[in-house]
Amino acid sequence: MSFISYLINGISLGSIYAIIALGYTMVYGIAKMLNFAHGDVIMIGAFVVLNMVTLAGVNPIIAVLISMAVCTLLGMAIEKIAYKPLRNASSPLAVLITAIGVSYFLQNLALIIFGADAKSFPNLITLPSISLADGKLVITGTTIATIITCVIILLGLTFFVNKTKQGRAMKAVSEDKGAAMLMGINVNATISLTFAIGSGLAAIAGFLLCSAYPSLTPYTGAMPGIKAFTAAVFGGIGSIPGAMIGGILLGVIEILGKAYISSQVADAIVFAVLIIVLLVKPTGLFGKNIQEKV
Amino acid sequence: MAMLKVENLDVYYGIIQALQGVSFEVNQGEVIALIGANGAGKTTTLHTLTGLIPSKKGRIVFEDQDITKIPAHKIVEMGIAHVPEGRRIFADLNVLENLKMGAYTRKDKGEIEESIEQVYKRFPRLKERQSQRAGTLSGGEQQMLAMGRALMSKPKMIVMDEPSMGLSPIFVNEIFDIIQEVSAAGTTVLLVEQNAKKALSIANRAYVLETGKIVLSGDADDLLNDDSIKKAYLGE
Repeated sequence: MSFISYLINGISLGSIYAIIALGYTMVYGIAKMLNFAHGDVIMIGAFVVLNMVTLAGVNPIIAVLISMAVCTLLGMAIEKIAYKPLRNASSPLAVLITAIGVSYFLQNLALIIFGADAKSFPNLITLPSISLADGKLVITGTTIATIITCVIILLGLTFFVNKTKQGRAMKAVSEDKGAAMLMGINVNATISLTFAIGSGLAAIAGFLLCSAYPSLTPYTGAMPGIKAFTAAVFGGIGSIPGAMIGGILLGVIEILGKAYISSQVADAIVFAVLIIVLLVKPTGLFGKNIQEKV
Repeated sequence: MAMLKVENLDVYYGIIQALQGVSFEVNQGEVIALIGANGAGKTTTLHTLTGLIPSKKGRIVFEDQDITKIPAHKIVEMGIAHVPEGRRIFADLNVLENLKMGAYTRKDKGEIEESIEQVYKRFPRLKERQSQRAGTLSGGEQQMLAMGRALMSKPKMIVMDEPSMGLSPIFVNEIFDIIQEVSAAGTTVLLVEQNAKKALSIANRAYVLETGKIVLSGDADDLLNDDSIKKAYLGE
């Protein structure tokens, strides 16, 4: 029974990684850049929820919505100020290094505003726990909410990308920016929209992460950010289902590794799995081998 | 009155000058060919025209409106569709989705459906393959898709960059027949081609580009019989 319980915890943690990984993978797919500040947007989102609820006494659902709005604007602002001017830079490293800079900037900004000490995040998810098999298996409300949210986001995004005009524009931009412009697609607006969606999702991830692991510091987003990036690469960067599957697998591997091998080396196991996957299939699980007709 | 007027265009890639004072005109209903060797500036001219690269000097006027500074994504709505070199269809989308991308700036769903039917009528092969991934089409079919996609914006002028490149002789003939059909249906055509003979055979007038400059222009029939053209471009 404990295996199933670990598995469910792993899926739940993996769902959070998956939501974060979606932000990485969508931005990579469209703008062909790695937004290493993405993890820190999660942290900002969690701080917004925390302060809205504890200082302003706002209803938790409203607080999450406000946090999504703040992160959406933050993501768009980061793109406009820090990344857009470098879009045609001669080296792709320029924007990568800028992203690392933005990451440190956000961490230090949070340090100044919120302080260095860990804040305890209140339990805002009031769903009841489910008790199965005579109480041997308990699934918490937070776990249930996390997994359900993840499924809704995946379905919503899949619908958006495949069935709406903006979504198809995103696919077109990710394949060929120039050709997309010739169709009349505003590429700058499409990239901005991608950052907006990824960052809005980061706010949800921040809330779910801190609900499951209720300690919040300015560095809270860094490690999950790196792991979600790993998940995105694992699943095949640029692929939405890849990010989902990669995130969930990563969460499961991490929790099972902690439970059965060692909690100290669990992170190392996660990265070792990534290395093995990339050796066997360099494009990741769902990455496509690009074959072009000439 | 010229539909499109390009005046003294200077374009640079970094410090390298790609176009020097390029000027030409396209009148409504004409088929105009831009011919020249590799690297002469043909593609650069088209990219500047549809806003993919900026010009340093010069002016582009389309239907009395200065479009020199208008961004690429707004050019389509003004009535210019660009079939890019190498076709650049969206390989991951299917044939129908590619055509719909061509109508991205149009709103009326019913009219778009009508245009899709028209494109299918012109290219029956695309209809057979409408739910197939565009990346799996043959080169000639991809060229047809690229042309169909451009026609989906209902352009007043269609700009085509090397439509015959890499195609088998049968497809080359088919593509040139279609260009003539498109022209006959009332769309103005600006055609860039390395296959000068073919291009001149269907064009009204032509301009010859050499290292970023227009060196010769005139009626296509006259150019076909011009000795220097014959020697340099027609392999005679």
